[in-house]
Amino acid sequence: MFIVIGFMAGGMCIGFMLRNRHLPGLNKAITVLIWILLFLLGIEVGENRRIVQGLATLGIEAFALSLASVAGSCIAAKGLWMWLNKKRNGS
Amino acid sequence: MKGSLIIVGFFAMGVLAGLFHIVPSETANSGISFYALCALMFCVGLSVGNNPQTIKNFRSLNPRLAFLPVMTILGTVCASALVSVLLSNRSAADCMAVGAGFGYYSLSSIFITEYKGAELGTVALLSNIIREMITLLCAPLLVRWFGNLAPISAGGATTMDTTLPIIVRYAGQEFAVVSIFHGFVIDFSVPFLVTFFCSF
Repeated sequence: MFIVIGFMAGGMCIGFMLRNRHLPGLNKAITVLIWILLFLLGIEVGENRRIVQGLATLGIEAFALSLASVAGSCIAAKGLWMWLNKKRNGS
Repeated sequence: MKGSLIIVGFFAMGVLAGLFHIVPSETANSGISFYALCALMFCVGLSVGNNPQTIKNFRSLNPRLAFLPVMTILGTVCASALVSVLLSNRSAADCMAVGAGFGYYSLSSIFITEYKGAELGTVALLSNIIREMITLLCAPLLVRWFGNLAPISAGGATTMDTTLPIIVRYAGQEFAVVSIFHGFVIDFSVPFLVTFFCSF
């Protein structure tokens, strides 16, 4: 599992060593790799009857999770916002 | 928006290719995706390390606003854990792993597919795309209901690129730096948090 994070750390070190050099095509490479990986995820989903039949249920689950995530993070952000404003008015 | 549509397009093409067995069925299970994931993370690391300027710009940030990413993570993870009560077939760790994508749908769905299988990976892909869309569509409402920091928290990892214009438009120009800082920190936390929640 941590091999993947190791690759990221290695990339960061090499990127930092090459920080004075512009790396052309890096963003293109990232985009293409994402395309390949999502295409492969799609194949895995398409071949799996159980997932294809349950796609609607999975969509509802996904929607519930995203709605809750947005609400949760907004409530937390409101807490921080109120704390910041209280400090500003108090001082 | 165009970029997201292309990504969804590739996913949809993959689904069709899998449904009609256009590609040999070993393709997805052959370990190619693991090598591609390693290559992807290497490139992401390269792009972060190659650009120290971004980090230098953060010096102008109000130190108290540095807590915003922490609030986003806590709010999202707690809310996702609560949803697992409603979804009887999903464990709290599964729900938190999906939530910990923070709108970074490409990376989080790939990670979750690798660790937990394509079913939860699909939920992660859809859920995180929906999160980005909610932020784009509801930013003005979020500002009115939850204050100026709300669209930044809602945007999660996308606040340094795709949702930045809409945040600056509705929260104000002075929130651009905190938005980029927030996106940067959350972006960085996604691989760690997703891996962490998938390990349960």
